[in-house]
Amino acid sequence: MNVFIEHLRVLRATLLRLLLTPNATLLNVLIIGIALSLPVGGYVLLKSVQSLTGQLAGTPQVSVFIKIGTGAGEVARIGDKLKQHAKIERTEFVPREAAFKKLQQSTELSEVIGDLAQNPLPDAYIVYPKATDAIAMESLRDELKTWPNLDHVQLDSAWVHRLEAILGFGRLAVVILAALLSFALIAITFNTIRLQILTRRDEIEVAKLIGATDAFIRRPFLYFGLTQGLFGGMAAWVIVSGSVLLLNHNLTDLASVYTGEFSLQSLSAADSVALLGFSAYLGWLGAWFSVSQHLWQIEPR
Amino acid sequence: MIQFNQVYKRYPGGHEALKDVSFEIAEGEMVYLTGHSGAGKSTLLKLIAAIERPTSGSLLVKGQNIRSIKREAIPQLRRNIGLIFQDHKLLFDRTAFDNVMLPLQICGFDHRESAKRVRAALDKVGLLAREKANPISLSGGEQQRLCIARAIVNRPTILLADEPTGNLDADYANEIMHILQSFHQIGATLVISTHAENVLAHLPARELHLKLGALQ
Repeated sequence: MNVFIEHLRVLRATLLRLLLTPNATLLNVLIIGIALSLPVGGYVLLKSVQSLTGQLAGTPQVSVFIKIGTGAGEVARIGDKLKQHAKIERTEFVPREAAFKKLQQSTELSEVIGDLAQNPLPDAYIVYPKATDAIAMESLRDELKTWPNLDHVQLDSAWVHRLEAILGFGRLAVVILAALLSFALIAITFNTIRLQILTRRDEIEVAKLIGATDAFIRRPFLYFGLTQGLFGGMAAWVIVSGSVLLLNHNLTDLASVYTGEFSLQSLSAADSVALLGFSAYLGWLGAWFSVSQHLWQIEPR
Repeated sequence: MIQFNQVYKRYPGGHEALKDVSFEIAEGEMVYLTGHSGAGKSTLLKLIAAIERPTSGSLLVKGQNIRSIKREAIPQLRRNIGLIFQDHKLLFDRTAFDNVMLPLQICGFDHRESAKRVRAALDKVGLLAREKANPISLSGGEQQRLCIARAIVNRPTILLADEPTGNLDADYANEIMHILQSFHQIGATLVISTHAENVLAHLPARELHLKLGALQ
């Protein structure tokens, strides 16, 4: 009595059965693969865009520009007032000379800026609020606007919130797509197993007559569903990874025109394992539904 | 070993296949079940193997009451019963060897040990040379012998044979009966249903005669 060897035997028989009908197997695996690659592809796209916003935005902040010509004492007083504000986590002072130098160094505008006789930039504070949701930040901005000697208060990350909202929408769409196509996968497996049970009716009947347990009869079908789902997951992985590779090749050219850095991320190891595990599980589930639906109907007479 | 006590079997639709059947078969006994077709021989064998359940009365097989046996306990009961069918019920998608292997796979036997047992069973019924053949290429008598090999391979204590010689001519039939009798000699309890009188004359044993579902 060796349970492990029995499972190995069933696995081997299952693989042989898949190879015995290569066309049907290939078709099923492709259908599952394509169905799964849609939500997985959407996930990859979302994740890439999300990491892009992470790069650009960092933590949300408010820039406070002080009127040009304000005295150093007044600037320091404003700094203290900001620091003591209940809604502000911390502040960072950017003196106008430092900002000017940085601007000269960092952009292609340096030639134009170099010609300027005097520094056009104001002193500024970068304010990191305690609450970073859109409503809290907007109310903070409105409050600071009323302070004297401030030229301009700018919410640096308002667009990030908007993008977040769009991404949230995208995520929901991917989840709905994934749920629907998971049902499709279960249905495909359900039907495949149903046909198999019908064609192996004699075998099931004889096995029951000579003392097979329900678990023994169920096992090859569950393995079949599991294996087919796993292969479908592998197909989806190949489809998505191949597409990412192909698209990235073209994206590099496109992104370089806009002096940007953007590429689609390929599936991480954890994502790949999750994809394969999930597709195998769905295959198993479809087989299980099918078996519990159809097997009890076959009783020897 | 097998104990019928006022057993009735009524099929849905009202047909009464067995009426008030009571008898006992001791361990290691060999019994013929005779009667015309439709007399209830097959039904009686099906009850013993828990393929059907009695409508009323009590039927004990190896101490288990078939009327109330749990579904989960049936496989274990059937592993102790070797079934030999008139229509053989062989699987044509695998070799003779694999057909005989099936009961051992079901019981979860070690592969190497199983292979030995399968060959021993095939040897006993004289089919060792045909182990790689597909059962469809075997003659009727050979198919029946293969069915016997499958029934005995996991050494059951009870052998039930439903018309094992039904479709065979006299020579083949005698051969089958001798094989069956050899298992009786090594201690198996044997119930053979038949309507062939010449078989009984050849190998005498206790006879249970059924007529229209009732024991005579």
